[in-house]
This record gives sequence, C-alpha cells and structure tokens, in this order.
Amino acid sequence: MINLKSLHKSYKTGATSLHVLKGINLDIEKGELVAIMGSSGSGKSTLLNILGMLDVADEGSYHLDNVLIENLNEKKAAKYRNLFLGFVFQSFNLINYKNALENVALPLYYQGMPRKERQKQAMEYLDSVSLKPWATHLPSELSGGQKQRVAIARAMASKPKVLLADEPTGALDSTTSYEIMGLIQKINNEGKTILVVTHEDDIAKMCKRIVRLKDGVIVEDKKIKQVIVK
Amino acid sequence: MFSRDSWQEIFETIRKNKLRTALSGFTVALGIFIFVILSGFGNGLQNTFKEFFVDDATNVLRIFPGRTSKPYKGFKAKRRIELENSDIEAIKINFPLFLEYITPRISRGASVKYNNKSDNYTTRAVAPSHQAAEKTIIMKGRFINEADIKNKTKYAVIGRKVATDLFGNEDPMGKYLDMGKIAFKVIGVFQDAGGDNEESFIYIPYTTRQLIEKANDKVDQIIIAYKPSIGHSGAISLEKKLRLFLKKKKSIDPTDQSGIFIRNVADELKRNEDFAGVLEAIVIFVAIGTLIAGIIGISNIMVFVVKERTKELGIRKALGASPKSVIAMILQESVFITLISGYFGLASGMVLLKNIGIALEEDYFIKNPYVDLSTAMISTFILIVFGAIAGYIPAKRAARIKPIIALRDE
Repeated sequence: MINLKSLHKSYKTGATSLHVLKGINLDIEKGELVAIMGSSGSGKSTLLNILGMLDVADEGSYHLDNVLIENLNEKKAAKYRNLFLGFVFQSFNLINYKNALENVALPLYYQGMPRKERQKQAMEYLDSVSLKPWATHLPSELSGGQKQRVAIARAMASKPKVLLADEPTGALDSTTSYEIMGLIQKINNEGKTILVVTHEDDIAKMCKRIVRLKDGVIVEDKKIKQVIVK
Repeated sequence: MFSRDSWQEIFETIRKNKLRTALSGFTVALGIFIFVILSGFGNGLQNTFKEFFVDDATNVLRIFPGRTSKPYKGFKAKRRIELENSDIEAIKINFPLFLEYITPRISRGASVKYNNKSDNYTTRAVAPSHQAAEKTIIMKGRFINEADIKNKTKYAVIGRKVATDLFGNEDPMGKYLDMGKIAFKVIGVFQDAGGDNEESFIYIPYTTRQLIEKANDKVDQIIIAYKPSIGHSGAISLEKKLRLFLKKKKSIDPTDQSGIFIRNVADELKRNEDFAGVLEAIVIFVAIGTLIAGIIGISNIMVFVVKERTKELGIRKALGASPKSVIAMILQESVFITLISGYFGLASGMVLLKNIGIALEEDYFIKNPYVDLSTAMISTFILIVFGAIAGYIPAKRAARIKPIIALRDE
C-alpha cells in the first residue's frame, strides 16, 4: 500500500542545511496497523508530513497504492489527500461552528457529493462510531473521546486508502485513549491501513507493527503481538 | 465556484458566525451610509447657493446712493447723495451702447388691506424693465407698462403670496387694495423662482410713488442691465465709468470710496460659485475620507477574519479543499456580506435623506439633498472591491500554509 524508497529530506536553515530524513525505506502492506515511534527531532513528523502529502521529499520515491506521488502542486495534493488519505489529529481539529454531522460530511463536500447523499453517508459513519444521537451537537458539547470519534468518522468518510493518525490519544486520558484505540483496531480489522504516530508505548503495543525512528533513520522495525482492547 | 452547494456552505458559515458577519457588515453599511448622507448634504448646500441666484438676471449692476466721506468743491463731507430721475436719463444718453435696459426702484413698506384682511408688505416702485431684471413671471394680467409710468396710474402688480394671503380663492384682478390709505387697482399677479420672499412684493409705477411722496423725483436705487455681449471685463469697465460719471454729476470727490455704491451681480455670483466650488471640494474630500475609512475598516476585519479562520482553513485543506476553493470561499463570503450590507447602507442613507430633506431646507439651508445613484453605486462597488482585495491577500496566504502547520498550534 505504501512504499518508500531511500527517502531524503533536508531543511535549509540559513547557511546550514538540516538533514532530517536520511534514507527511509519502508513497505506497508494493505491492512497493516503501524505505530511510528520516536522522540522529538527523530524525523517522525517530517515523515508523516511527506506521507500526508503536506511536504515533498528531496530524494527517493513514494508510492501510494501503486501511484507514484511526485510533482505535487497544491491542487493535486489537495485532490490526492481527499481521495487517498484520512487524517486524525491530536487536537481533533473539528470545525467548531459545525455540528458533528456537518463535520463528518465536509470531506464529502470537497469530493463534490450532493448534499442529501453526503448527509446520509455522514450519518452512517457517525453511527459506526456510535455517535448517531449526537449528530446535531456542536464540538463544544462533546467530550474529548466523542470529539476524536467524530474526527475518526470524518477521516473515514472520504473512504481513504490510508488513515494517518498523529498522536490520536495525546489529548485524552488513558481510559478514553484505549476506547479510541479500540475503535482504530476495529476499523483496521475491517481492512483499513492505518498509521499511528505516537510516543506512548502502551498505545504502540496496540498496533501490529512498530517502526522506531532515530535521527532520521529507521532503527527498529518489528511486527509485534497486538494487545487487543477489550 | 458558484454552485448552489458552495452558496449553501457560505450561508451556513454566515449564519453560524453572526458576530463576525455583523461586524464586517456594519462597517460597510456605516461607511456607505455616512458617504451617502455627507454627499447628500454637500449637494443640498450647493443647491441652496445656486438657488439664491436663479431668480435674478446676472447681467445687472445696482447703483445705491450713500453719504460722502470727503469734502469736495465747497461741499462738506457726510453729505447725503440722492439719485433722481435725471440721473437715469443722463445714463441712458451717455451709455447707449452698453445698456440693455435701466429701471429705478423705490422700496417702501406698506400696510395693505383688502376687505377685512390686512398685512404689511414691501412695495417696489419700478419701471417696466424691472420685470426683466428680477425675472418676474406674470401669471395673470400684466406688469407695469410705459403708459402707467406716464399717467402715474394707481395700479399694482401683486405677488402670488400677497394674492393668496389677502384674496384667498377670490380673483384679485380688478379689485382695489388699500395701500397706506390710497386705493390701488390690481392689474396683475406674478410669481418668481425666488419663492415666497419674492412673491410677497407689490410692484407699482415709480412715478406714482414719486407723486405720492410730494411729487419729488428721487429714486432709491437704479438697476442697470448691460448687454451680455460686453462680457465680464466690459461689465467691470462699465462699472468704473458709471461711478466716475455719477461722481462728477453729483460733485463727489473722484477718490471718495463712498457716496455712490455699485454692486455687480455677476461678481457676486462668481464669488458664490467659487465658494460653492470650495464647498464641493470639501464635501468630496470628506466623502472620500469616509470611503477610505470604510475600506480600512473592512480590510482590518477581513485580515482578522482570515487570521481567526486559519485553523479552520487548515482543516478544510487537510480534508481535500484546494487552495482555490479556500480563497473562493472567503471572497464569496466577504463580497456577499459587503454587497448586502452596502446595499442596506445605501438604501437607508437614501431613505433618510429623502425624509429629512424637507425639514433641512427650512432650517439649515440644505435644499433638496440627494446623492447620485450612480455615485453611490460606484462607491459601494469600490468598497466591495477593496473588501475583496483585503480578504484576498490574507486568504491567499492562508491557503498556502501547509495544513499541518495551521493545525499544529497547540
């Protein structure tokens, strides 16, 4: 599903250049649930940005579902993001003046889906995260866990090939964190490829594979025995 | 870009961000409202200035006598100068090439009675050519003619206001008025573009007035109309020549500033037109200032709005919004708000001008304040364009920001 070959990325800071990614090779199959770990400065954010088409690599190739991602202009990146990727953020990033249903329907709006159809689909996704009764509630009326479930439903609504979750449990207490991880596992079990960026070991252990980054290179890449959330 | 769906999205955004919408809408509406009111007042003031002169001919010199300030040829200073019929004849003989017409005017207050109604009016004893000098319009009957002057008839031509005051619905023609215990027959009714003030006069033959006042030959003032073909410089030289001529005839020191006064209506008109021009410039300046203030206001709000929405725009981009659709959304929203509120400000300004227009005319010399619809439309349009530009620049920047950066503010 995802194929990275000798990916390099440098940031120019004045006269010097900071080499952040120093040749990343990574293969992720369809249906995997991968935790990307690493301390700050390890390059995991840069890697996520490149995977999310928010940034481009200097060298190397990136294939997503056998499509070579290159020469991205803003318009093309927006289209690919909409078609291929679903984002889940640490701070949920729901639009605060839109209710849960409208938030979930937003990516479908950008796909050009008619209003009635996208509301119907959004409602189905909201139901799949058990939030149907909260459809007309504003984000401010929801708990942290509920917000993240709305965000996951929104990320799923555009039927992405890959779900990118950037510290999805970072703003939640541990009980709620496990709930959210349970939801992510459930979605993964339905066949979705998911990448979770985290620095928490217990969250990483709920994934099927851990990729550890340090100083711009992958230092560890192992399949693990998944801890299933009850 | 202009699909029904994107409009729905915008209406939703507007509906759910009422404060933001109200703020930017209010700025635009207020800007246009003040612009309309100010330009309206400016136009009204100018109208008033123009009106002062529409009721008089402008090729006119008025000659007044005064008191001398210097002794001359054995006469003491402070001698009172009076104009006489012979002066009129002398001017006629000496300046035939310049003159279009000449008329004396003797103004007297009089208590005027008809039946049991009475009031005080000013009578003007004049020659027939006075009609042209004041642009008097005859509604009924006729004006004073040469035969009246010759025969010293007791005929009166009354203003429309005099007619309605004293006669009501009755036809005043041929009726007799008691003016200072002397009966005058009404031979005509006139109107004047100068309005009620001018229509409160009563014209009688000047010879009749002189007969009543012990058969003298004095006149208050002489009104001269010069041929328009002599132009402004010709009028000034005529004024100079007339002054010297009359001073010589009345034995006044040629260097004496008083004794004879001549007022040139064209000069006054020009002065007032200059003043009105300055006024117009001030009004335009203030109106443009208001517009600029409005532009700055809407620009500030747009910058603020985009800043406030940076995160939202980042979310939208992460969900697949193209930079173009982000910019289009902000512009559509801002243009829509400025359009509606601009129109609202325009309409309320116009309505207010129309409603207070009459009250202002009576109390503040602002006549018929109005604003050109096209001027108002253009200024609304300018405001919309600048609101759009002010929104476009930050929107473009916001659309370029990588979503991950816009989103990572915690």
